[in-house]
Amino acid sequence: MTVIDERRAVEQRLRPRTVTPRRRDRSIRGWVRRGGLVTLLFALPMILVFTVYSWWPILQSIWMSFQKTNLITYRFVGLDNFANVLADPLLGRAVLNTAYFALLALVFGFPLPILMAVLMSEVRRLKGLYSALAYLPVIVPPVVAVLLWKFFYSASPTGVFNTILGWVGIPPQPWIQDATQAMPSLVLEATWAAAGGSIIIYLAALLSVPPELYDAAEVDGATIWHKIWHVTLPQLRGVIFVMLILQIIATAQVFLEPYLFTGGGPNNATVTVLLLIYRYAFENSLGGKYGEATALSVMLALFLAAASFLYFKATQKWSTD
Amino acid sequence: MKSPTKVIAIAAAFATVASLAACSSGGSSDGKVELRVATFPPGADQAAYDAFATQEAQFEKKYPNIDIIGVEYEWEGPTFTAQLAAGSLPDVFTVPFTDAKTLLENGQLADVTEEIDELGYADKFNPIILDAVKDADGHLFGFPRQAYALGLQYNRELFEQAGLDPDSPPTTWDEVREYAKQISEATGKAGYATMTQNNTGGWQLTAQSASRGGFLQSDDGATSTIANDGVKATLEYFHELRWEDDSMGDNFLLDWGSINQEFAAGNIGMYTSGSDLYTALVRDFSLDPSVYGLTTIPMEDGGKVLGGGDIAVLPPTLDDATKAAAVKWVDWYYMQKLLNEDAAVADAKALSDAGQAVGTPVLPVLDQATYEESLTWIEPYVNVPRDQMTGFIDGIFAQTPVGEPKSHTQEVYALLDPVVQAVLTDENADIDALLAQADKDAQALIDG
Repeated sequence: MTVIDERRAVEQRLRPRTVTPRRRDRSIRGWVRRGGLVTLLFALPMILVFTVYSWWPILQSIWMSFQKTNLITYRFVGLDNFANVLADPLLGRAVLNTAYFALLALVFGFPLPILMAVLMSEVRRLKGLYSALAYLPVIVPPVVAVLLWKFFYSASPTGVFNTILGWVGIPPQPWIQDATQAMPSLVLEATWAAAGGSIIIYLAALLSVPPELYDAAEVDGATIWHKIWHVTLPQLRGVIFVMLILQIIATAQVFLEPYLFTGGGPNNATVTVLLLIYRYAFENSLGGKYGEATALSVMLALFLAAASFLYFKATQKWSTD
Repeated sequence: MKSPTKVIAIAAAFATVASLAACSSGGSSDGKVELRVATFPPGADQAAYDAFATQEAQFEKKYPNIDIIGVEYEWEGPTFTAQLAAGSLPDVFTVPFTDAKTLLENGQLADVTEEIDELGYADKFNPIILDAVKDADGHLFGFPRQAYALGLQYNRELFEQAGLDPDSPPTTWDEVREYAKQISEATGKAGYATMTQNNTGGWQLTAQSASRGGFLQSDDGATSTIANDGVKATLEYFHELRWEDDSMGDNFLLDWGSINQEFAAGNIGMYTSGSDLYTALVRDFSLDPSVYGLTTIPMEDGGKVLGGGDIAVLPPTLDDATKAAAVKWVDWYYMQKLLNEDAAVADAKALSDAGQAVGTPVLPVLDQATYEESLTWIEPYVNVPRDQMTGFIDGIFAQTPVGEPKSHTQEVYALLDPVVQAVLTDENADIDALLAQADKDAQALIDG
């Protein structure tokens, strides 16, 4: 066999095999034969549930944002609801408050679970116990947690936190009873409540970091901080980016804490965008401003969708490198 | 043989469709008219159910073709409209005076003019109260069933601990301040408190400003008059109690439920709320009746006492048979005990046998003479400590009642919540600026 023949033979082997495509049966019978019906039947309950409880209400609320309604009578008002919302003096306050909450949660609440997860992954014994303890606050129903913390935040000198501060000589704080302290207090509780879930996700992500990277780093004489900075964090990068956008979306929709702790007070210091939406819809028992509520919801949803899109575009390179 | 996955899938699909279909099916009874009526507040105790069972049996004996079903109901701003729209309200329910006008303007209540005429007591109602359920054409859309005036609630035990005589409650706002300070200093509890959240801050500010002659709107409700001396004096008064005397405790985020809870727990000396509050305090907040005291709100020159109340109404969607049954129930359950001795005694006996409050001070929805006569009928069954409420009972008819602001009431109250909160949480709050802004915002609401 000549060299040329040999090359041809190799090329022949490497060439992708051309399979004669079977004509795809596009008829309904063909679809049924391929199991399409069974798939659809399996999916049907879920499709129905999603349609009734998720997609239909979303479409309905978009439609409602162009209506003036008391849920009994409906009148098309074009963009009036959007204009009313944008003219509301409380909107600016609510946006700033929400941004403040998101910022505090980002600065204090976001790094904490990463740090905790990294430290916990270093623990050799009783790792399960630490995970369980970290996750415990997530199991407490949120309303119960808030009521509990409300009790902790008592502004009286005999309140739980104030008593603890008293031990180290710090005077009693007003906590949620003061316009400047209310929001940080809310963030503190929210961080406590949510950190456990994030820690578990980071712990799982840490398991996928190849141990040989640490071995190699050790051989190079890296300290523990070097290992965290140069191995752990870069390996967690993808998860951190996703968690970050999830946190931004969640904090932009913060409602439970301001609603249950302060009702937006004192003096509107904790009114957030979602609380404002709630107030539009439910504050006035008679008719409510459902149109305005849904208009603001639609604006918030569009903003978050745009922000998420831009975020993924901007970080595409970093998160996939 | 059929594949098991196919069988499971088909079964799952059927189950889903069947369960969705089941949601829309309704029940019917054996020729009787089923009537769902609002009776219990959510979380009512067994005694309330026992009392209702007795009343239900009495009613069904009289009207054997009606099947009464008592359902839990409490008027709550946030959920009311949704319940109304969803059709999940009972066939008979109650709404506060403040909401009746808007509901009837929106066509959300059944017209009961003919029925009230037939029952023969259209002209017996207190005309001020009847006005709350009348539209521009004189049609009636409900039965005013209970009215109250705002009063000063106080804790007799804290009074005693502070060396005050609980049988001589304060009669001026200066005395209230003095007593509050004494209570705070002696007990460490809040001597005086006020509601600040969920529109109740505005409600109580309105009540206390009215007692100083300051009203939020012109009589026709067309002009906001929030920035007036009475409202300002009330806010300055709060400021003094909070920042000079430190006698308002340390919780400034209170609404109707939470202030009652704190009061029942013995943490508040005095606060203003409805005169009919005793029933709820004992039934829902487990207040020890022996510590309860009630007197009138102090009045200054030109001051009036803010009143309120509720109305028994029917949704406009009832069919004729259900509507007729509903009117019979309203007449029997709410109205006859105000008009008829036998009915009043039967009602009081049923409530008292079940350990429910009888004799809580209210205002007459009919005329004062009928009201006072009705009290003599039920005297043997009165179980609320009326001797601890003499300040209110003896003084209330000397006060001039005033209704709540007519226009956008709840929204105006909501505007005032942050104003009250600001004064209580910020020592440097600029009261004039806060009032000017609230006035402007309220006028914008009125102008729509």
